Amino acid sequence: MSILSVQVQEGDFDPGRLQNELLGQAQEEGAVATFTGYVRRSNNEQNVHGMRLEHYPGMTEKSITETLEEAADRWPVHAATAVHRVGDLAPGDQIVWVGVSAEHREAAFSACEYIMDFLKTRAPFWKKELGDDGESWVEARDSDVQRAERW
Amino acid sequence: MIKVIFFARIREHLGCAGRDLEWHSSVASVQDLRTFLCTEGGASWQEALYEDNIICAVNQEVVTPEQPLCDGDEVAFYPPVTGG
Repeated sequence: MSILSVQVQEGDFDPGRLQNELLGQAQEEGAVATFTGYVRRSNNEQNVHGMRLEHYPGMTEKSITETLEEAADRWPVHAATAVHRVGDLAPGDQIVWVGVSAEHREAAFSACEYIMDFLKTRAPFWKKELGDDGESWVEARDSDVQRAERW
Repeated sequence: MIKVIFFARIREHLGCAGRDLEWHSSVASVQDLRTFLCTEGGASWQEALYEDNIICAVNQEVVTPEQPLCDGDEVAFYPPVTGG
């Protein structure tokens, strides 16, 4: 039985602390894989001055939880945590953190990548960037869909 | 009652975050609901709710337009997601 945790929050997070909390939840880990995503400083050759992240409260948490459960069904995962920020963010800010602990690296790496691929294509978040020419919604990328379809 | 909510670009396009409708037989599926909203709202609603790749969720699960609707359902329309 894996220990799964999802947090959607406005505030920043501390990856070191999240990793320690992940390790504190289970015994016998030989591996932890983590991913941290940041707000880009430029996109399509435009400077990014800021970003606003909107989400669908309730469905967001439900959708990410389902993704963590699927990952835990596919690989022998001890614990998995996903943290995602919403609201106003600045270039260079942390947006998302995913951490997976397991006995061996293969499960930790694979589950972490699986979770990120499905978080990006299923969880109801929308990014709006403030660029040189004003505000614009970030377009979904086919390459993200293709990455998720590999699994 | 059916609770309808819109997100991101769709919400901005409509100038509307959501609305509550009485359930009746003319909104018995997602497709029927969309037709009803467009008939009431006119061209701008037609454009927004038939946007390419628009996603619909009922009670926070992604569904197809054929999905039947029941009294008390929450229906969301939103564009492709861009988190992570």
